[in-house]
Amino acid sequence: MATVLLQPEFARRNTAGQRLVEVDADTCQALIERMDERFPGFADAIATGVAVAIDGQIYPDPLQQDLRPDSEVCFLPALEGG
Amino acid sequence: MSKHHISTTINGEPVEFLCDTAQTLLDVLRDELGLTGSKEGCGSGDCGACSVLVEGRLVCACLVLAAEVDRCAVETIEGVAQGNALHPLQQVFLNEAALQCGICTPGIIVAAKALLEKNPDPDEEEIRFWLAGNLCRCTGYDKIVRAVQQAALVMRSA
Amino acid sequence: MGRYPAGSPGWRDKVTGQANYGADFSLPGMITGRVLRSPHAHARIVSIDTTEAGKLAGVRAVVTAADFPDLPSEVVAGGESPVNYRYISCNAIARDKVLYEGHAVAAVAAISAGVAEQALKLIRVEYEVLPHVIDVRDAMRDDAPLLHDNLYTEGVDPKPTKPSNIAKRTEFLLGDPAAGFAESEIILERSYTTQPVHQGYIEPHACVASVAADGMTTVWSSSQGQFMVREFCAKLLKIADSDIRVLPAEIGGGFGGKTTVYLEPLAIALSRKSGRPVKMVMSREEVFKASGPTSGGVLQVKLGARRDGTLVAAECELAYQAGAFPGSPAIPGCMTAFACYDIPNARTVGYDVVSNRPKCAAYRAPGAPMAAFAVESALDELALELGMDPVELRLKNAAKEGTRALYGPKMPVIGFVETLEAARAHAHYNTPLKANQGRGIASGFWFNIGGQSSAAVHINEDGTAEVVTGNPDIGGSRASMAIMAAEVLGIDYAKVKPLIGDTASVGYCFLTGGSRVTFATGKAVVEAANDVVQQLRARAAKIWKCEVDEVIWKDGVAHPAQGQTDTRTQLSLAEIAASAARTGGPISGKASLNVGGAGPGFGTHLCDVEVDPETGRVTVLRYTVIQDVGRAIHPGYVEGQMQGGAAQGIGWALNEEYVYDDQGRLQNSGFLDYRMPVASDLPMIDAVLVEVPNPAHPFGVRGVGEVPIVPPLAAVANAVARASGVRVNDLPISPPRLLAALMK
Repeated sequence: MATVLLQPEFARRNTAGQRLVEVDADTCQALIERMDERFPGFADAIATGVAVAIDGQIYPDPLQQDLRPDSEVCFLPALEGG
Repeated sequence: MSKHHISTTINGEPVEFLCDTAQTLLDVLRDELGLTGSKEGCGSGDCGACSVLVEGRLVCACLVLAAEVDRCAVETIEGVAQGNALHPLQQVFLNEAALQCGICTPGIIVAAKALLEKNPDPDEEEIRFWLAGNLCRCTGYDKIVRAVQQAALVMRSA
Repeated sequence: MGRYPAGSPGWRDKVTGQANYGADFSLPGMITGRVLRSPHAHARIVSIDTTEAGKLAGVRAVVTAADFPDLPSEVVAGGESPVNYRYISCNAIARDKVLYEGHAVAAVAAISAGVAEQALKLIRVEYEVLPHVIDVRDAMRDDAPLLHDNLYTEGVDPKPTKPSNIAKRTEFLLGDPAAGFAESEIILERSYTTQPVHQGYIEPHACVASVAADGMTTVWSSSQGQFMVREFCAKLLKIADSDIRVLPAEIGGGFGGKTTVYLEPLAIALSRKSGRPVKMVMSREEVFKASGPTSGGVLQVKLGARRDGTLVAAECELAYQAGAFPGSPAIPGCMTAFACYDIPNARTVGYDVVSNRPKCAAYRAPGAPMAAFAVESALDELALELGMDPVELRLKNAAKEGTRALYGPKMPVIGFVETLEAARAHAHYNTPLKANQGRGIASGFWFNIGGQSSAAVHINEDGTAEVVTGNPDIGGSRASMAIMAAEVLGIDYAKVKPLIGDTASVGYCFLTGGSRVTFATGKAVVEAANDVVQQLRARAAKIWKCEVDEVIWKDGVAHPAQGQTDTRTQLSLAEIAASAARTGGPISGKASLNVGGAGPGFGTHLCDVEVDPETGRVTVLRYTVIQDVGRAIHPGYVEGQMQGGAAQGIGWALNEEYVYDDQGRLQNSGFLDYRMPVASDLPMIDAVLVEVPNPAHPFGVRGVGEVPIVPPLAAVANAVARASGVRVNDLPISPPRLLAALMK
């Protein structure tokens, strides 16, 4: 089971306040689909301006990443820089 | 109003041009003569990116009226290298990563060359105060100061 | 890499004056564009009459907002994060309202700069002047003049019914701060302010645009991303991407400030209307008044610790000025504030606030230096109160691999502890000080980013190579690209020429920013070079009539794999290249990636100052920058990034600020009064490279360009506090401000 960790503000809006969600998925794309089934609108909420951190590494393209059985997944604002 | 007819020497070559009274030397170098190595960073003499020599004196070309250089010798960054052979300052700046974006580099090389011609062995403080009129926002000046010192050494050993 | 190549390919032109920057480019028939700017900080545009200007001899085109599509206000996916193109459009040319002094109102193209400037004077603009607001605290008040009638604070429940200058509230939470403070043995709470500062690139914004009769648009411009310029201009002018080609000029400094467009859309509109190529160059005054500084901020920090120095709880609330349109770096401010430390209970709250100032733009580690100034200053006071060495305090709480960051994930492999240990061991840290001198230490963090990146590697007939990428080279990235390609190909660096392609000649690259180029585009270069190596092995296999996996590539030469009969000779890259026509045609590799796994960057700075008690003048005596750079591809340019970032931070700490009069007009829009550090203001800046390789990059690269601007604000402030016994929590620590504090 992958663990999804969410910030309170995001959780309030999108996951009925749940900040820690366990999901059975072997890709990040599948994880997002599962999350969207449980919390309709989740996929849209992370569609733009959101990056994903999987086991500590930040990726700009959530749909491309594979998960390990015990992966920890965080969604965070997409980052730019100077 | 008719234009001024100016006869001058730029980097050792005779040059004639016509200019308006209000045109600066920098305007003429860049826009009329195609010598775009001198850069305009401020237009007010604060950044030194347009440093050139007029009759051997280091000036900001943006503060000199083009009409003022009649019958004067002007030296710009374009005259620092001899053909394909770089001046020691230019070579050392490249070797020592003493530039990043490079927009201030022509002015700094012209200014540093003027310093080394006056004082072949300047200490760090002399270099820093001499170049205080040449702004660089990329390097923090460390590698620039070191490069001028090293070029001075190369030139003294030549 | 084991090599330290002299200079950088393509940089010779920079020392001879031959390099072409934004303002150096010219085309036949080219005319000059100039911009009419608002004299008011806040006003409604009642009418604009350009009739007289248009009639002036030599004027070829006049444009106003009416010449641009009226875009809807909506957040859409941009290159790497969401963008509201209406804001970018309305910032490039004011629609309905001017929101700051210097806001573009109209633009003119004429046969000379003189005629264009005369024409600007003939444009009649009727303004209804409105009350304005400059200060971020004033802008947040309920009775503040509103910049946007339709701006409602995002991120608060319930959704507000009244518009506000607060565009957004953001919160990050870890653990239970209230419980953490309850169990703290010492609590320290302080307020801080920082001023907006300009990136201060020496090259003003400049471009040339040429629109052909068939609508094909070509732009030469100095920016941090030719693809960004294409994308923004296409959206602002409703042109297809394929109808705009952007050619990158050499860029004379950016630091984040050239990650958006100001002149390019105006130049395109003027060229379209006049049928002539149009050059536009900002004056320095325009750069200050109408291009983005970074935000000033108001910050409050609260730290809770045990007597042994263990941090238990932390809170930071920050409000950042966005300028005229939403988009301050309040979110990265919140995310970075405590990222250096392992604090189990932490909260940050950020506010993005508009006011009548130029729209802020990114500036090196956007949002992080202000937050670090507050947090690292508070930590220094905590160390003093606890009687602890400030390096020890940081070491005790330092984030390590596995530390959970406030913004969510656990830290991957990082080298923060190593920077602190290097600081403690450095001679600088252990050198005695004299009277009126003080030593400050501060640390800083920046994520670094990856993102979309493309590269191509072409093998030439003689065995030399070109590496083509799409990222403007601000600080030496061309050298890094060539070094990495040479390393993979196994040939001499001098045989690889790096080139920066235009938007039509290389795959999409996100802009040069976020310290991403050597990391992310570098990764694309490595993949493209690996692609070439595969092809070279295949060609050798063809020549040798064997399988590809029987060929190994080493030091630029194809060898038979071990255990194979060695009747075959070796084949060099040059030999394979020479026979390419007979073995399958040109050899060329490419890669297009969206790169993740950027390695977080940490730095620790040491600063010695001397304070003149008579004048309040601060002299920086010694400065050392220590940073985990992952692995330095070109150490000279890496050091340069560290030294340059530190110098900018020192300016931010000591002198740089925007000064407004009571009409909201900027009073110091030139380098004489906006005081950036000059050579005689600074000492040598020692750069110590700590190398903890990033496992997510083939060569271990981490971004390095942004981290070094994060610690200096607090490093300087802490040094001043320790030198003078007086702590100034409001930047800049200019002589009058410090003298006033000393006199108290």
